[in-house]
Amino acid sequence: MADVALRKVVKRYDDVEAVRGIDLDIADHEFIVLVGPSGCGKSTTLRMIAGLEDITDGDIMIGGDVVNDVPPKDRDIAMVFQNYALYPHMTVAENMSFGLRLKHYPKAEIKARVTEAARLLDITDLIDRKPKQLSGGQRQRVAMGRAIVRNPKVFLFDEPLSNLDAKLRVQMRIEIKKVHQKVRTTTVYVTHDQVEAMTLADRVVVMNKGRIEQIGTPNELYHKPATRFVAGFIGSPAMNFIPCRLEDNGGKLNIRITDRISFALPPSRAARYNTLPRTDKLLLGIRPEHISESHAHLEPGVETFDTVLDVTEPMGMETLVYFGLEGAPVCGRVNPNAGAQDGAPMRLAMDLNNMHLLNEATGIVL
Amino acid sequence: MSTLAIDKSGPTRKVKLGSMSRDRTWALRWSYFFLVLFAIFFLTPPLYMLITSLKSSAEISAATNPWWVFHPTLSNYVELLTSNQFLRFFWNSSMVAIMVVIVTMLISVPAAFALARMKFWGSATLATGVFLTYLIPDSLLFIPLFKMLATVQEWTGITLLNRWYVLLFIYPTLTVPFCTWIMIGYFASIPKELDEAALIDGASWLQTLTRIFIPVALPGLIAATIFAFTVSWAQFLYPLVFTTSVDQLVLPVGIITSLIKGDVFNWGQIMTGALLGAAPPLIIYAFLMDYYIAGLTAGATKG
Repeated sequence: MADVALRKVVKRYDDVEAVRGIDLDIADHEFIVLVGPSGCGKSTTLRMIAGLEDITDGDIMIGGDVVNDVPPKDRDIAMVFQNYALYPHMTVAENMSFGLRLKHYPKAEIKARVTEAARLLDITDLIDRKPKQLSGGQRQRVAMGRAIVRNPKVFLFDEPLSNLDAKLRVQMRIEIKKVHQKVRTTTVYVTHDQVEAMTLADRVVVMNKGRIEQIGTPNELYHKPATRFVAGFIGSPAMNFIPCRLEDNGGKLNIRITDRISFALPPSRAARYNTLPRTDKLLLGIRPEHISESHAHLEPGVETFDTVLDVTEPMGMETLVYFGLEGAPVCGRVNPNAGAQDGAPMRLAMDLNNMHLLNEATGIVL
Repeated sequence: MSTLAIDKSGPTRKVKLGSMSRDRTWALRWSYFFLVLFAIFFLTPPLYMLITSLKSSAEISAATNPWWVFHPTLSNYVELLTSNQFLRFFWNSSMVAIMVVIVTMLISVPAAFALARMKFWGSATLATGVFLTYLIPDSLLFIPLFKMLATVQEWTGITLLNRWYVLLFIYPTLTVPFCTWIMIGYFASIPKELDEAALIDGASWLQTLTRIFIPVALPGLIAATIFAFTVSWAQFLYPLVFTTSVDQLVLPVGIITSLIKGDVFNWGQIMTGALLGAAPPLIIYAFLMDYYIAGLTAGATKG
């Protein structure tokens, strides 16, 4: 068990900079998820921690020691790959014990560790099978077992659930969380799935174009995104961004969206945004769950407006409604009984207490 | 009304629908036709050899139907299998083939692993270069090779020419490039994550090769082994050039030189020798055919 630190880590392939100087401190026992779209440098970062990629510049430390030039086998890490990477000619037990056998552990200890890991992962019955005879979920368990028996300082997961079907993915996600609660090994987990990131992580690192956009707990990222990228990446359906500007209206601060639609900001928000220049091009960031059907008793800060729906998507527990505002596509979530229909007019309510305001040019949340 | 009339008088077009089962039947018929044709073409010579080997010299030279044995005899077999000379050829061939296979594998497998996995400067060019050397025909190489070995013999004083073991240096020039090429293809089809997993598990390059790559690539390895064995067993030009004494000859050359005396062809024994000589590769193929095909088609489908 150990902490991991990245200091100005850069990875350059010929003329492409995949990772552009990232700083990251991962505490002992922490579960960190690196998330971002493909090509954002998250896998490269993980592989640099593993030692599978050289680092071009900067330092990587595991347990306080700089490991830049330490080969993977001496870093005391274990990695779980997307395609499992099980040795096809070995049984489950042999797969799990391969690392220990190479290090000449006593046979009794190897057996004890394998048995313990198999019990933890509920694969005791499969121990003598070959990978070919296992299902995707079972293979993934074996891959995790191979990591656990080594009892390493750090677990590295490279999109471990991407090859599984949706149902199994949810199940394995919970398994991974359970395992981490039991073994408490420092974990770095890479995924492009923001739901996985939110559900698993102690802290999430959102990466984009080789840089870290924001680091924070899942709730921080959801409620206080720092940039448009993070605001749009975390949450599903994604946050709406509607062009708008601020205007003064008899001592009050309004937000104008269209010629027709202008809302008075709630006092707390008005105070925060009061100093902004009124000429700035801004974006109103609002999550779909904060746009719902209007009803009689609205709380302060919730403003109504009329629109015509383009498309509706009944999801069962809610209905997603899509419409346009100032050319921007907007999604809202309404009660399935609210009577939303394709092409029909509807009165909706926007909860401005949960709004975000972004600078359109810089993408920074104000 | 009028349009209706036109419609009715219009030509009724009969759409000819294809039938999948009929298409399949015809495909099978053609396949069998050509298979039978090729089988006849390729199996006739061995059949003729078998027929001839069962005849006495008198019957061969008599003007009877060459496709029938009137007085079958095993005398050719008995004579060859009790002849020290023939057994010597057989022994030489076996030694050469087995040792060439070992030498080839010891060179090809690590070479292929390095070329497929350890990305170093020029590795891709080198991999292509290995294959290109295979394309140079042995009929071009035997004179320079002879000169080279003669020079080596002169300098070191070790007798190489006219010794069966000289072939251990010569044959790998044929087998190593092709086997390396097969193994590169096979190793390349093994997912990169597998060696990365081994690397993280603490395996060295050599351990990754011996404990992961060789077992996983076993079908490819067997294909390469069969190839190397067949090439060494059937090679004719090099042993003809490099060995001359009767006790140093391998089977293909030995049969020709010892059973053709001047203009006298001992056809019965020549055919018997050829058939017996073809037996070992045939037996190996029969046992390892499935592996051989799997090895040669590796990479075509991701298994």
